[in-house]
Amino acid sequence: MPATKAVHAKTRLWAAISVISNVAGNSALTYGMHELGAIGNTPAALIGALFHPWVAIGVALLIVWTFAHMALLSWADLSYVMPVTAIGYVVTAFAGKFFLGEIVSPARWTGIVLITAGVTLVGRTAPASAAPASAIGGKPR
Amino acid sequence: MKWVLVVMCILATTVGDVFRSLGMRHHGEIHDFRPGAIGAMLAAIARNWMVIVSTCAMAVSFFSFMKLVSIAPMTFAVPMSAATFIPETLLARFFLREDVDWRRWTGIGLIVIGVVFIAQ
Repeated sequence: MPATKAVHAKTRLWAAISVISNVAGNSALTYGMHELGAIGNTPAALIGALFHPWVAIGVALLIVWTFAHMALLSWADLSYVMPVTAIGYVVTAFAGKFFLGEIVSPARWTGIVLITAGVTLVGRTAPASAAPASAIGGKPR
Repeated sequence: MKWVLVVMCILATTVGDVFRSLGMRHHGEIHDFRPGAIGAMLAAIARNWMVIVSTCAMAVSFFSFMKLVSIAPMTFAVPMSAATFIPETLLARFFLREDVDWRRWTGIGLIVIGVVFIAQ
């Protein structure tokens, strides 16, 4: 497999892991937080919420997301990873439709089409273009 | 309170992502995904100050977002989370020196508008 194709394939695999763990993690977290109701503003209350089962599952999945995101950023640009993983917004909308029976309004369909077009456009660029770490902060190319 | 959380979220996520990108670039590309190698990699990045700054910022971002979704509807919180795309892209171009061409700018613009629609 040519090097560029291999980089694209590896990037897509880790972007998929990142998106799935992020969407599932945020969904579990939101569900858990809604089950808990009002928890107050204190750090102790926020930390206490972490022991709720759905919040804990959400946090575990977000730890997977953190690792996948770090792995991606070890070879790919931030301006590539950030928009490409935005497909998660579309996955969330479809998950709402198929799992929760939510109605996807025309405005939502418009959003889905715009995000998919944006992700496709960015996905066609090379994942890595950045200067070496030693050159960071200098004059932009 | 709502807007304080929004500002905290945007600032913390931006700082977190930029320093994570910087720290991981310093660390170098991850090739080996076997458990032992992942353990060694985590031990190495735990001593990387840029990754430590990023992790602290991400923790602030996480708790701010957690609080935000508990007091504001998702239709408000979700588009606000996409507001980080603009400062992060500017920093990627001018600080991280990435090659942000017209396809990336257009794509990011479409995504930001799309997120506003999808949250309706």
